[in-house]
Amino acid sequence: MIAFVLRRLLQAVAVMLVVSLISFALFNFVGDPINNMVGQETTLDERAELRRQLGLEDPIPLRFARFIGNALQGNLGVSYRMAEPVGRLILSRLPATLELSLAAAVFALLVGVPMGVYCGLYPRAPLARLFQAVSLVGVSLPTFLIGILLILIFAVHLNILPSFGRGEAVALGWWTTGLLTAAGLKALILPAITLGLFQMTLIMRLVRSEMLEVLRTDYIKFARARGLSNRAVHFSHALRNTLVPVITITGLQLGAIIAFAVITETVFQWPGMGLLFIQSVQFADVPVMASYLILIALLFVIINLVVDLLYYAVDPRLRLDRPGKAA
Amino acid sequence: MAMLRHARAGVWAALLLAVGGSLAEAKPFRFANDGDVGSMDPTFRNETFQLTFISNIYEALLRRDRNLKLEASLATEWKQVEPMLWRFKLRQGVKFHDGTPFTADDVVFSVNRAATAPSNMTGYFASLKEVRKVDDSTIEFETKVIDPLLDQKLVQIYILSKPWAEKNGASKSTDVTKPAEENHATRNANGTGPFVLKLRDPGVKTVIAPNPNWWDKAEHNLTEVTFSVIQNDATRVAALLSGEIDFIYTVPPQDTERLSKADNTKIMQGPETRVVYLGFDQARDELQESNVKGKNPYKDVRVREAFYRAIDIEAIKTRVMRGQATPVALMVAPGINGYVKELDVRPKYDPDAAKKLLADAGYTQGFETGMDCPNDRYVNDEAICQAVVAMLARIGIKVNLLAQTRTKYFAKILGPGYNTSFYMLGWSPASTYDTHNVFEQLLQSRNPAAKKGAFNVGGYSNPQLDALADKLEQEVDKAKRDAMIADAHKIFQKDFANIPLHQQALIWSMRKNIDAVQLADNSFPLRFVQVK
Amino acid sequence: MASGSSERALARAWDSDIAYSFRSSPLTMAAAAFTALYLLGAMLAPWIAPQDPFDLKQLDLLNAFLPPVWEVEGKAGFLLGADDQGRDVLSTILYGSRVSLLVGFASVVLAMLLGIGLGLISGYAGGAVDAFIMRVADVQLSFPAILIALLIDGVTRGLISAQRHEELAVFVLVISIGLSFWVQYARTVRGLVLVEKNKEYVLAARVIGLPPALIMLRHVLPNVLGPVLVIATINLGVAIITEATLSFLGVGVPSTQPSLGTLIRIGNDYLFSGEWWITIFPGAALALLVLAVNLLGDWLRDALNPKLH
Repeated sequence: MIAFVLRRLLQAVAVMLVVSLISFALFNFVGDPINNMVGQETTLDERAELRRQLGLEDPIPLRFARFIGNALQGNLGVSYRMAEPVGRLILSRLPATLELSLAAAVFALLVGVPMGVYCGLYPRAPLARLFQAVSLVGVSLPTFLIGILLILIFAVHLNILPSFGRGEAVALGWWTTGLLTAAGLKALILPAITLGLFQMTLIMRLVRSEMLEVLRTDYIKFARARGLSNRAVHFSHALRNTLVPVITITGLQLGAIIAFAVITETVFQWPGMGLLFIQSVQFADVPVMASYLILIALLFVIINLVVDLLYYAVDPRLRLDRPGKAA
Repeated sequence: MAMLRHARAGVWAALLLAVGGSLAEAKPFRFANDGDVGSMDPTFRNETFQLTFISNIYEALLRRDRNLKLEASLATEWKQVEPMLWRFKLRQGVKFHDGTPFTADDVVFSVNRAATAPSNMTGYFASLKEVRKVDDSTIEFETKVIDPLLDQKLVQIYILSKPWAEKNGASKSTDVTKPAEENHATRNANGTGPFVLKLRDPGVKTVIAPNPNWWDKAEHNLTEVTFSVIQNDATRVAALLSGEIDFIYTVPPQDTERLSKADNTKIMQGPETRVVYLGFDQARDELQESNVKGKNPYKDVRVREAFYRAIDIEAIKTRVMRGQATPVALMVAPGINGYVKELDVRPKYDPDAAKKLLADAGYTQGFETGMDCPNDRYVNDEAICQAVVAMLARIGIKVNLLAQTRTKYFAKILGPGYNTSFYMLGWSPASTYDTHNVFEQLLQSRNPAAKKGAFNVGGYSNPQLDALADKLEQEVDKAKRDAMIADAHKIFQKDFANIPLHQQALIWSMRKNIDAVQLADNSFPLRFVQVK
Repeated sequence: MASGSSERALARAWDSDIAYSFRSSPLTMAAAAFTALYLLGAMLAPWIAPQDPFDLKQLDLLNAFLPPVWEVEGKAGFLLGADDQGRDVLSTILYGSRVSLLVGFASVVLAMLLGIGLGLISGYAGGAVDAFIMRVADVQLSFPAILIALLIDGVTRGLISAQRHEELAVFVLVISIGLSFWVQYARTVRGLVLVEKNKEYVLAARVIGLPPALIMLRHVLPNVLGPVLVIATINLGVAIITEATLSFLGVGVPSTQPSLGTLIRIGNDYLFSGEWWITIFPGAALALLVLAVNLLGDWLRDALNPKLH
């Protein structure tokens, strides 16, 4: 166990280093932040001087070393765009992204699992076919279009839900939450649906096919033979067996949700890290971009580690390198 | 005596505000823009929206009225007493938001803060030799050369409280090159202006509330102002339509019609002082991005004229800009000193003549050229470039369009590399409202030592125009100066140095119950806003 | 050869099975018909489209924003209206679909080749090679496709000049999307190889001294193709959507040669101004295409899943 954890941790460190190197190298190519930082009349000499002071003229390895050195001391630099310490900036946006991602995951599970169960139990029912067709829309339209269409319907035409922002957020220490106010909860609905739709479809399809498979196993046939009610067979036997892969996939998908939040946050002006990242890309705000990517990598590494450890804890028989279910 | 009168005026103003504020029905006001204010620090960035937002909190010695004319603000009188000496009388009895009194020391401090790196406003002070306090109510500016526009520039230089800045370690401007050192003035503000900063959540929202002790009589009736950032065009328009927002500052032109017809919204529009134009690389002997080798077709005035005549500016105006543009034939727009209406006549759109000009220049088969265009800088910039590409295709020019974000775009086309063959740029002489700025920055031959032609991306060069521009810089006689400007315009037009396209329209949109004053420089002072 | 004939028999059984389930599902047949029609339309675009929207000489800005032909201001020749540059929407859909399908197919094929190759090697070789490939896969899997694509696009933009990049945009997209999808194939193939490699026919082949590469290609590969095909079908839809999403983020093909995604992104700006056709028609085309492809994938998955028979 210890050896396994150690190996995983080492891998995690390697991953982090590679990611930071790649993301850092990338920044040479996103453009020159200087022209965004100055007014139209700043002379070229002044621009060059600013570039020199920011260290943008130094060779890449030096800049990278400096960046990592500072980062290890908890200093992620100052945003070129907002003149704020990057660490604080990202930390202040983290709660919004995490709440949105969790809400999206919960939505995907709460809607996806029952729909999947139904489709698995009654694959030929008209309703099941409808579910399947409708859920496919979630993967057939780009997220940004779904978001805009939802805004058009629910904010502009029906005027019942807000079109942008987080509503009213309450501060709990450094964490801000929108879950405690009515305005905050209302503001969460459209972005969470937009973000969760894709995962919902995924989960529904996964549950359906797992159910179909499990229901055909001897184990279920045996349970039926013992005279258990349909209800008991379906829910305590079949569904329970289905849920292990579902939870695994959802866990792994959490990373994808956080990443896809970039688009949802842009459409809904949701004040999370993804929005911050996109704005920084447009501005070539290198310190923010680098820190975001590294933080995301860290999150993924942690999620993966936790999923692996859970696997290990729940079912030691499972081979650790068991191939992931094709989604 | 004068001092006393002004002090009394201040008291009266405060009283009037207090009374008026309780009588008129006051309202909160929510507005949105696609980008945020960079910082609360008044010298952080020399950019229109930044400066106009800050002007609600901080004030300068002078300000502009509803017609963009200079008027007294923290200074009550000002005069160019000698060619190189300006004297300002300061308003008395004014207090900063934190209660400290406004003094001559604050002015000297703030001007020096703005004039010293890492301030982003140092460009305004190229002519400044010294600013000094004469007595508690008088300030003098001594310049190195004659600077007839100094008062115009001071509108953008906001006054901070010296004790406040020094106490909080903000006595220098925000320096983004110093990691882990946040300037106190980035998130906090302490001005003398009509509004007080209540909450600053960078990139999300900023809340300000009226200053009950403001020296002037408030014309607005706002109780609280929330400024939100909504980057996505469609979302911003949706928020206005749904009533979550009262006012949007940047309106996508395609939505103006809908917003003007909707039940609850209206639009306000007028021409902006910025001119959007196309430029050619006329400096290199061979273009970087072309199939013409060994020579530069753009050095031939016939080719430049052919391009000019091939562009159907009316189609761009009606289709791409939806009517929200005013075509121009000069590099300056109406409202700028030195605009000459009689000269603002474009050569006729005539693709056949264009083809003939190309043939005369020896390009019967046309040629291939690169083109650089931003896609997030000017209104519909990429769409305009695309339309131009299609129009040029008809006279046989194959244009390879490269539309990029402003970040990459400016890095490519600006100096010292000037790596472009054909490009789009927009310019407004907003710091001085005078044509000379356009000549000096965009049309004079490049000369880094003399700080001329830095943004003359195409490297156009005509000694006659250079001489005229240099002469008019020192000319104080208005009539003579205007004549020189007109001559320079004519040279520019004869040379087809650039292709001016249009002034983009300034478009604001708001709920029907909002009254605002739209200024041609796109500044948006909240002190003119009324909610009915 | 014994193995050859058994293979043929297997193929026959497969075919009939699939044919049966295909015939029994009208929805699948409809999806297949639509997909075929769509592919045909995209391929024949230069001959059937009313206009070549990539040829700028044919465009007239004065046609911009023409509504569909059945509306009052509609104009013959612009069946589904015109976009902001005066391009016929129907033509841009046909031509744009070529770009989208090219990106979709090519990136899936790239991911498939890469994934199958690495999966075969990983599963068959085992040991350190296996561990290394799978760890790389872990790293890759921990990054969502969209971020990987953004990273690759950013790097290539830096490596090649901007003008060249516009020309190469499609290839960059293919590589970006392709590289972010290979892991699924590799993991699936590896898992299947681990099962297959201990089966008797493989052991037998090994005993008679066939080289490993040959064994893999001739014996193991055919047996893993089924599941791979299922993933590929589903991925095709995801790849096309990813291309559209990247275009929303400003990383896509140039707007003078728009894909379906670029068209939707451009049209997005006109949703509130009443020119709904600029975005709704390409959006519907994209949705129907992805829907049809997904339905085919669903059917294929169920039809090929032995546990369901």
